[in-house]
Amino acid sequence: MTTIADTKSLAEYNAASQPSTTGRRFGTAVKYILLTALTVIWLIPMFAALVTSFRTMDDLTINGFWSMPQSLKFDNFVEAWNQARVSRYLLNSFIVTLPALFGMLFLSSLTAYALARFRFRFNLPIYFMYVAGTLLPFQILMLPVFRLTNALGLYNTYWALIFIQTAFQLGFCTFVLRNFMRTVPSEIFDAARVDGCNEFRIYWQIMLPLTLPSLAALATLEFTWVFNDYLWAIILISDDSLRPVTAGLAQLRGQYTTNWPVITAGALLATLPTILVFAFLQRYFIQGLTLGSNK
Amino acid sequence: MTSIAQIQPQRARGGTRRHINWTPYLFIIVPLIVYFVWIIGPTLYTFYLSLTNWDGVSPNPSFVGLRNFERLFTDRTFHEALTNNLRWLVVFITIPTTGGLGMALVFNQEMRGGRWYKVSFYSPLVLSLSVIGLIWAWVYNPSLGLINSFLRGVGVADPPGWLGDRDLAIWCIIAAAVWRQVGYVMILYLAGLKNIDPTLTEAAIVDGASRWQLFRHVVLPLLAPVTTIVLVISMIDSLRAFDLVSIMTRGSQRTQVLANFMYIEAFNNYQMGYGAAIAVVLFSISMIFIGFYLWRVIKTELEY
Repeated sequence: MTTIADTKSLAEYNAASQPSTTGRRFGTAVKYILLTALTVIWLIPMFAALVTSFRTMDDLTINGFWSMPQSLKFDNFVEAWNQARVSRYLLNSFIVTLPALFGMLFLSSLTAYALARFRFRFNLPIYFMYVAGTLLPFQILMLPVFRLTNALGLYNTYWALIFIQTAFQLGFCTFVLRNFMRTVPSEIFDAARVDGCNEFRIYWQIMLPLTLPSLAALATLEFTWVFNDYLWAIILISDDSLRPVTAGLAQLRGQYTTNWPVITAGALLATLPTILVFAFLQRYFIQGLTLGSNK
Repeated sequence: MTSIAQIQPQRARGGTRRHINWTPYLFIIVPLIVYFVWIIGPTLYTFYLSLTNWDGVSPNPSFVGLRNFERLFTDRTFHEALTNNLRWLVVFITIPTTGGLGMALVFNQEMRGGRWYKVSFYSPLVLSLSVIGLIWAWVYNPSLGLINSFLRGVGVADPPGWLGDRDLAIWCIIAAAVWRQVGYVMILYLAGLKNIDPTLTEAAIVDGASRWQLFRHVVLPLLAPVTTIVLVISMIDSLRAFDLVSIMTRGSQRTQVLANFMYIEAFNNYQMGYGAAIAVVLFSISMIFIGFYLWRVIKTELEY
């Protein structure tokens, strides 16, 4: 890569630029100060929302944002939870997200199993179709899915969202699971087959348990994705009592136009489930994010 | 490699002619039907709708040829939306990509409290875009928001209106999107860095490579696959941007993007045919990146 002459000069350069111990310690301190400053700036928007949600609009208007809060009250959270119906919206989000999650993981693991374990004519074309589908802009589906949902009588029901979420995420889930399943050595399955297991039992009792780590990562990631979806929620649901929390928040914004303490309180409540998932399943969440990219 | 490739099709064909193994088809059939009904079919149907004047209500849309597209290319809102999407794209492939990579390089070294710094940077990723939109709309609020309160506090008499300023609004929205994206890119690069064989970097250090040379000639080329993914994701995400614009400005203040433009035409103005035409344009642009990505996947797949 580098010629000998280069190497020599580089070594000299490196030796010369090697900082003294005090110099290095100074450098480390600067690094930490810069990083801490950047982190604080990074988190300020969330901090702003948190502080605002405990204050009153009068307090903010009179004393300004940077003043000491007059009092810290939970009233805004109570108002957002009850009057602004965030509790209802959150429940709706769960009712949609959980079945969609099970649907997409089950269906995609079936496909992934076939694609990973069998040689058949349409194997690669089907795989490529799902891969391409992961990047599809949903706008291309928006109007026909709206029409289809209407035609099936599912418009303004939970099922409308459950179906589209399941179907739309099939591509990504299949892609990830298929690549994971291919790494499982086939000897395990040959032994089972000799013992007379049928394919579905091999899939259900041997492959799925082995795939559990990937499924967990995928489930964590997909939970946040489906839970946080906004587009389908505003297109396929019009009844306020069925709205998932993302669409509910947009509604809340319209209702409480300038009452920012209630709006931010609602936004924070809406975030709670994904924050909890993230806090407890962080490892899986990160794994899930990187699953698709190391291929 | 070639010899295997030559032998296997023969063996497969020999087997198929006599007896087809239906088992894999039983596994794939149900998901495939779901996928065709909800994804593939609708994708194709949008192309048809874009050639009609469907209003969303009438049962039989009538065919109008390419009229929607002709109208689109002279529509000023379309130009505005396309420009904004391109701005979004340019920012997305530069700032979060380099920022995320830089962060990943910093946090890849062992450091005290590194985990907490990392968590802080990728925490915006778990927030929904609607929550991010609301939080930032509040931060940008011209009279009481965090930024302008601060600016007035330090003596700026007439701070900008941010989302209320037609020249600034789209950049404010993109900034909020970048805030979320940096952590994402950082995670992808951190995973990529972890996969790098340490003997390679050690060898370079033994050879006397400077830190910059190590990065430029060893680390960066090894990260190329991650960089491709990051770029593809950034491009696709910037093209389908919708939530933030819809929540923060509803496309007013010259912040229109293709996705929101389409939504408004289709669901507020009942011009579903016209909306479909916008979707087709959006899809065609994305196809460049999808195609590129797919080509890469196909290539690695056929190497096996």
